[in-house]
Amino acid sequence: MSDGGRPDTPRTASEKSDFKRDLTQVVPHLRAFARGLCGRPDVADDLVQETLLKAWAAQDRFEPGTSMRAWTFVILRNAYLTDMRRNRFRGEYDEGVAERILTAPAGQEGPIHLSDLHRALLTLPAERREALLLVGAGGFSYEEAAQICGCAVGTIKSRVGRARAALTEMLASGNIPRRSTEDEVAHRAILEELDMVAAGNGVSTQG
Amino acid sequence: MSFTDMAHNQPPDGSNAGGRNGARERPPEWADGLKQLYDSVVEEALPDSFKDLLDQLDAIPPARGQGGSRTSADGPDTSQ
Repeated sequence: MSDGGRPDTPRTASEKSDFKRDLTQVVPHLRAFARGLCGRPDVADDLVQETLLKAWAAQDRFEPGTSMRAWTFVILRNAYLTDMRRNRFRGEYDEGVAERILTAPAGQEGPIHLSDLHRALLTLPAERREALLLVGAGGFSYEEAAQICGCAVGTIKSRVGRARAALTEMLASGNIPRRSTEDEVAHRAILEELDMVAAGNGVSTQG
Repeated sequence: MSFTDMAHNQPPDGSNAGGRNGARERPPEWADGLKQLYDSVVEEALPDSFKDLLDQLDAIPPARGQGGSRTSADGPDTSQ
């Protein structure tokens, strides 16, 4: 997702108004994406507020007519990864976030707890979790998700496939950490991957 | 794009990443749950803190709206 499609030209009052309207409309989606990424509602909302301020500051770089949701998701994603590198997020799970129980589709053996699904999601490596959220929950196409994550379409497909397989396995076996913060293996893996990114190896090379 | 679509997509690397036997032929049973988690947040009432922030944006000039020391350090951070 490029943000450089338009030169940094000042906006008219009408354009600013349109920008703010569009930005306001995507806030619920930013909150949902952030909640899926980092788990805790309060931390997720802090991330969204940070994103809104960054987006507002960079509004001259937004190209009218393009997707505000995709553009702001890029900002949120980058802010999240930056904060992850600073160890601000630990993939924490809020026990109160999902008390409801899903009714299993016909032919399935038992209900799936949303809380189990959310915990399982938070154990995935960050780049697979975001790919799954973008495509499976956010409704983005593989192509759009690839642009947001700055990687190839095939990479996104691979990440989604691996995330799906991991979640299916975890939910089928019931092998889900009670709280993701206790899953040191998962978090160590995430942090190691982020270290690779910080070292310039690039997260997009990870399938 | 939906998980119904995804369920029919072969992983591009030719691996078995799509799941175990039968997993590609139908959406995983948790697929609706993932969307439900997302939609439940989308449908939440917006907290007042967001309304307050949005109200304050007009007073913040573009490119100076990030506040704090991170502004100059990080830039808009819209790049990859």
